[in-house]
Order: sequence, then structure tokens, then C-alpha cells
Amino acid sequence: MATASTVLTQPGLVQPLGRTLIVFLKEAKYEFLKYLRIPMYAVSITVFPVMFYVLFGLLMNRGAKMGSVGVSTYLIATYGTFGVLAASLFANGAGVAMDRGLGWMQVKRASPMPPFAYFIAKFVTSMIFSAIVLVALIVLGISFGGVHIAPYMAAKLIVTLVFGALPFCAMGLAIGYFVGPNSAPGMINLIYLPLSFASGLWFPIEALPKFLQSIAVHLPPYHLAQLGLGIVGAGRGESSWSHWQALIGFGLLCLGVARIGFHRDEGKTFG
Amino acid sequence: MIATLQEVEPKSQPQEQRMTAGAVVARLQGVSKNYGPVNALRNVDFSVRAGELVALLGPNGAGKTTAVKLFLGLAKPTAGGVNVFGGNPVNADVRMRTGAMLQVAKVPETLRVREHIDLFSSYYPKPLPLAEVLAIAGLEEIKNRKFGELSGGQRQRVLFALAICGDPDLLFLDEPTVGLDVEARRLLWDEIRKLIARGKTVLLTTHYLQEADELADRVVVINQGTIIAEGTPSEIKSKTAGKKIRCVTRIPMEFICGLPGVLKVCQDREALEIQVSQAEPVLRELLRQDSELSGIEVTSAGLEDAFLALTQDNNSETQAARR
Repeated sequence: MATASTVLTQPGLVQPLGRTLIVFLKEAKYEFLKYLRIPMYAVSITVFPVMFYVLFGLLMNRGAKMGSVGVSTYLIATYGTFGVLAASLFANGAGVAMDRGLGWMQVKRASPMPPFAYFIAKFVTSMIFSAIVLVALIVLGISFGGVHIAPYMAAKLIVTLVFGALPFCAMGLAIGYFVGPNSAPGMINLIYLPLSFASGLWFPIEALPKFLQSIAVHLPPYHLAQLGLGIVGAGRGESSWSHWQALIGFGLLCLGVARIGFHRDEGKTFG
Repeated sequence: MIATLQEVEPKSQPQEQRMTAGAVVARLQGVSKNYGPVNALRNVDFSVRAGELVALLGPNGAGKTTAVKLFLGLAKPTAGGVNVFGGNPVNADVRMRTGAMLQVAKVPETLRVREHIDLFSSYYPKPLPLAEVLAIAGLEEIKNRKFGELSGGQRQRVLFALAICGDPDLLFLDEPTVGLDVEARRLLWDEIRKLIARGKTVLLTTHYLQEADELADRVVVINQGTIIAEGTPSEIKSKTAGKKIRCVTRIPMEFICGLPGVLKVCQDREALEIQVSQAEPVLRELLRQDSELSGIEVTSAGLEDAFLALTQDNNSETQAARR
């Protein structure tokens, strides 16, 4: 092949690093813009967790305590996890299913776009939306819920939940590669709403029935929520490393499934 | 799947030398592609040479899109080799030199025309300036519109812009004018001709014979996954049921049907319309049989008729003629 390419390919096509970086930045920028301009996505991702928080954290249960912290503080971590989950699954899962099912993925793949740019852009986009939700919850909590959280702790909470969402980005990809464009949003709702409930994201885990509590500890969102609760001082005393291990394991599993879907796609695209 | 070196070396070229002078830039060699039980392509040999415009002509479902996808590395052949610019089409350095316009059901609708072009341009090492891409594709006035707000023809032009924005040497256009009105189609044809004038190579698929006729240096007719004819547009037309004889005669239709070279006979008011591959032998025979034969008119069969005849005949004459 080397001989052939010296004959037939022009020299100077080696990718300089700077240009590759520009591709990644542009891909992420336009991916973000794309979702920002879809009200259905932007609104449902940000509004639902915020609405639940206002309802259960600020209007009802005012001044109530969850162990050593106020409910309004506790729920920032759990509804924050809920929002992060939704942002990750919809941007990645529904996004990939859409691109795949309607031919756009083929145009992208036929172009010289580095495939990683596509995935990184989707991850970055959902992480930005995750961060927006978390900032909104924290600001609301401080302004109206009497939440006291040091800026350093708030930053740590945001960074932890945003990066802890990566396994769910991978879960989104896995769903996106196996579900059609029309059924993807429904399928994601079907998975993540019960998952959120059973992981103690809507109501504190202690308020769940005993058998659900025993299931919860095996669910990935539970581990992310516990990382968040640990930061705001409402953890259950479990080591955060064990939560990270669970999340990393789950993320790798999802990446493996997504990878199978990615390769399966190559052989099967009709037209 | 990675093609070997020999495939692009000159020694394997002789049978195609009459076509054009350029080197082979893309080739399918003995390629079959099955989708489960469906044979989309069967043992196809096909190459594209530098600087030519090849039209891959065939009805829907003939395997045209499959061929394009193989060239683009979007699908793997079940058997045989695919080679583009001396390498595997999935290689990044090959993709830097190709552009593609595919049939897409949906493109992200909330991005603006110039944003789509800006993003795709960034993939290529030496893209055309945005203004030039907009001018070529006729998008200047709608560059700030979101894709979702565009008409069908405008959408096709954006997809064309994405294919050319990287200034690639080899372009794959899969049914580029589908859904366009006559004027929009002509405009796109002009742009495709300009690409060839600038030394680019184009592989175009179409199911309009007229489009292939207008644009192509070489036409490859494909049906049911097999190449059934290949040549210049005029060669293809002459190979197909070329003429229509109209005359008034007392010779029974059944007899005319039985004559060699007659494809179809039908009654049109007082006259008969006879579709033939070559007019002269049939005319001679008719005049010999009926001295009072009158009102003779010989016309070229419509292009679409010719194409239909070619694809329908595919099992008998044309395949026998190939081997």
C-alpha cells in the first residue's frame, strides 16, 4: 500500500494536531448549538429536574431535615443526578439513534471526520447541559431553600456529577445503536424513569420500600447519587471509591455494547 | 477487503484503455454484496478513471447505492476487493480526497446552512473558502437559514455543498437530482460539468437516462446487481432498442412480431408502431412482404423506452453479448 499511495496520494495530508483540535471543537460547538435550538430537548432536560426540585425541595418539605442536612440540600444531589441522567441518555441515545436511522450518520462516516470527534462532541454537549441543570439547582437552593454550600463544595459537586455522568453517556450510545430513531425517546423514558425512581433520585432512598432499597444499591444511578450526597454531607458512609468502581464498570460494559452496535451497523446498512 | 497493489498498477488496465486516458482511481473487483438473502451486487467489476464522469445507471434497487457505499467504505463487500486511490476507502487519507452526496432522510435541522458547511470544511486539509462553496452550490441567499426551513431542492444543494466543500478529487453523487425540478436539475448539471472541467472525477448514480446522457463520458448500466452494459452514452443508446417504425400495412401483427429484431408491435389508429433494434432489416422485410405499405416514419425511440428495453432484455440478449 505504501508504494501505491506514493503514486496516487498527494503528499502533505498528514493531519497537524492543531487542525484536528479545531475539528473536535467545531464538532462539539455545533452539536451543542443543535440541541440548544431544539426546545423539546433543552426544555425537557433542564426544566423537569428543576421543576421537581422547586416542588419537593422548596415548596413542600420546607425546612425539613434528612439526617444532618436540609431536604433542600439533599435533593440538589438527587435531582441533580436525575437531570444529569436525562441529559446524558437523550443527547447520546436519542441523538445517535436519529443520526443512524435517517442516513445522516452515513454522510458523517463517509467524510474524513475523525470518528472520535463525533462521540466526544455528543459527550461534551450532554455534559454542558448537565452542568447547566446543576448550576440552576444550586442557585435555586441557595436563593430560596436556605442551602449553605461552600463554593468549593458546589464546584466539587458539579464536577463529580458531570464526570460521573460519562457511564450514562456510554449507556446512551449503547441504546442509540440498538434502537430505531422513532422508538428511542420512548425507550429511554421507559428505562430511565423507573431507574431513577428505584435508585432513590425522586425520593430519598430511605423512604423507599425495603425490597426496592435492596435493589437500589445495585443500580448505577444510585452510586452516582451517593457520590453527590457524600459531597453535601448526606452520604451513607460508604466509600466513594466503591461507587466510582461501580460506575466505571458499568460504563465499560455500556461501551462494549455500543461497540458491538457500531460494528454491527457497518455490515447491515441497507439502501 | 484492503485491495492489493496490483489492482492499481497499469498492467491490469488493457481492457479499459479505450475509455479514457486517466489512471484508475477507484475500483470494484469481483465484488459481491449480500444483505442477508438479498444479493445487492453480484460479481461486479467496475472502475473509475481520473478525470472522467461515470454514470451508474439503473432502476431503483439495481444496486447503485450499494456500489457507492462500498466505494465510500460504508459497507464491506461480501466477496471481492474495493480500492480507492490505491487504498482501503475507510482510510482517513483516502476520505480526505473524496466527497459524497448520499440520499439522506434527515439532516440536523436546527443548524444553519453555513454552519453545516463550516463543520464539513473543517474535516478537510484544504477546503474551499466558504464564499466559493456557497456560490458553487447557489446558497448565498440562504446561508443563514436553518436546514429545517429549506425546500427539497435547497436541501439537495446543501448536501451537494457538503460533498464539494473539501475540494475533493473524487466525488460520489448518489442520485443528486432526485426531487429537483427541471431548472434546479439543469443548474446542478452545470455545476457537475464545472467540476469535471476543473479536473475532478465524478461517479454519479441516476435512474434518468437523460441525465447520464447529458453529463457522462461513460455510462455503466446496472440491473439486479449485475452490470449489463457499458459504453459512451451514444453507444448505450445504439445498443438499446433504438428505432420506432410507424407504417400502414396489411401484414398481420403476429407476423411482424416474429421478425428478427422486432421488440414490440402495437396498433395506433390505422397504423402500426413497431419498436426495433435496427430499422433497416425490418423495413426491407416489410417492403418485400407488402408492396402497398405506406406512411412510413422512422424515429428514434424515446430514451426512456430504450432504457426500459435494455433493463428488461437483460436476461436474454445483453447478457449473452457480454460473454
